[in-house]
Amino acid sequence: MAIAGAILSRLLKAAITLLAIAILNFFLIHAAPGDPATVLAGEAGAADPQMIADLKARFGLDQPFYVQLLQYVGNIMTLDLGYSFRQGQPVLDLILERLPATLILTLTAFWISLLAGVALGVAASARVGKFTDSLITGTALLFYATPLYWAALMAVLVFSVQLGWLPGFGYETVGSGYAGLTRIWDILLHLILPALTLGLFFMAVYMRMTRASMLEVGQQDFVKTARAKGLAPSIIRRRHILRNALLPVVTLAGLQAGQLVGGAVLTETVFAWPGIGRLMFESLAARDYNTILGVFLVSAAMVIVFNIITDLVYRLIDPRIGQKA
Amino acid sequence: MTFWKRFISNRGALLGLGILIAVLLVALLAPLIYPRGPWAMVQRPFLVPFTTDGLPLGTDTLGRDVLAGLVYGARVSLLVGLVSTVMALLIGVPLGALAGFYGKWVDEGAMRFTEFFQTIPNFALAIVLVAILEPSLTSITIAIAIVSWPPVARLVRAEVMSVTRREYVDAARLAGLSNMHILIRQVLPNTVSPIIVMASLMVATAILLESSLSFLGLGDPNIMSWGFQIGAARTVIRSAWWLSFFPGAAIVLTVLALNLIGEGLNDALNPHLSRKGRS
Repeated sequence: MAIAGAILSRLLKAAITLLAIAILNFFLIHAAPGDPATVLAGEAGAADPQMIADLKARFGLDQPFYVQLLQYVGNIMTLDLGYSFRQGQPVLDLILERLPATLILTLTAFWISLLAGVALGVAASARVGKFTDSLITGTALLFYATPLYWAALMAVLVFSVQLGWLPGFGYETVGSGYAGLTRIWDILLHLILPALTLGLFFMAVYMRMTRASMLEVGQQDFVKTARAKGLAPSIIRRRHILRNALLPVVTLAGLQAGQLVGGAVLTETVFAWPGIGRLMFESLAARDYNTILGVFLVSAAMVIVFNIITDLVYRLIDPRIGQKA
Repeated sequence: MTFWKRFISNRGALLGLGILIAVLLVALLAPLIYPRGPWAMVQRPFLVPFTTDGLPLGTDTLGRDVLAGLVYGARVSLLVGLVSTVMALLIGVPLGALAGFYGKWVDEGAMRFTEFFQTIPNFALAIVLVAILEPSLTSITIAIAIVSWPPVARLVRAEVMSVTRREYVDAARLAGLSNMHILIRQVLPNTVSPIIVMASLMVATAILLESSLSFLGLGDPNIMSWGFQIGAARTVIRSAWWLSFFPGAAIVLTVLALNLIGEGLNDALNPHLSRKGRS
């Protein structure tokens, strides 16, 4: 019951947030230099006047401002994200076609970074101040300062160009005709470098957070009690400290998942990964604002879904959360 | 121990400060080192590094000096990093301070607003803003400021809330001081140290954001930047590794330096926390 209520209130909040983003998009279109119709057509200055007039009528750009706003928001709420004149397809179709690739990439990167980050954080906190700790924290500091896209390029250079171990381009081998398991294996091989390089930065974030959280929880009284009872340090670390230390990490992971979606624009650009990030990059060069705003809206929606899931996981880990409300 | 002594006893922070000062000097002296600017075509294209006198890092796809580009790129990175951070502070500090000080509906409204901006994927919003406002140094700086202020607002709100509960603030109220006077003269000065730490880390993040935008081709078309250099070299990575390697290394070094400084400041300003785990 409590969980159902929580989901309902989260969904309501999500709807309000999406509505606000739709309104923001509307104002952004009007903030762009030039006529909104030309902006929507993605044809700044070069469009055929008849087409512009048609567009104006179709989007009601000759109507008063508030009517335009209502119409635009209404379109978005009915999943009409407009038409990409550059690609000759509705924006929603373009996005749906490419969404699976982005989901595979971001979810893989998320799990890699979370698992590796927590494992490294626990390892570092167990040997705090020793060499292993310095090595792990030092590496994390380096990853923390490395631009995503540069890590991706360097990985392509080393593992793909120099060593030839992994493919550094695309989603699967083009024209290979692979099917079934061979195809899945082929996609997995293509996924390794993009997912690893996208996850590096976040791995550093989760590692630092886990380490700090482990050290903080390790100083609490119940840990002293456990130690006084004579429990083995590894059991205390796993059963007593880690479980409590994970809470802030899960919260942070939920918040950071959104940044992962943004980072995918860079990774997908480098690896020619056919997701919505790559779509956004291509639309930038073509000044296809309708598609850019569509991808923006969908990535925000992805973040909201991620956040709701984190919230539910959080309740599972710590049942106290639900009772407070 | 004084603040400064604590700061310089931290080897990492000292290293960071050294690197940052070097980058700053290079940025300031760029027009003296390379009076011809970063766009001049000085030799034939694709010269490999360490093979030609006077061009230690080789030339790019159009025969421009890679090192000259690096030197000028430092100016953009530092300028955008600093200005956008100051702008983000100018949005975040007042908003967070008012929310924390007045509480109730002011707090509710301000925090909903902040939460909204935190939900939107940062980098995607920055891309949209720069693409729509047309790429220029101003639009990039504004976009980065707009996506970076929410954590400041949250931090300042929490700090102001805890400081406002202290007794000396009650004393100030009894003395009949106005709310604004208490907030600005009595409360805010006590929240400065965490803000400084956060600001130094924000400059680092802003430099990463700026370089990412330029990498995607959203940089100011008239200004050489590290991200632009890497973006222009992306398609020739197989034949000319140095074109993307050196600008990237410059970014890593600068951002690393700022992070080290931030951690050093944190330890020096909060000495009682420094022995505990750093997050």
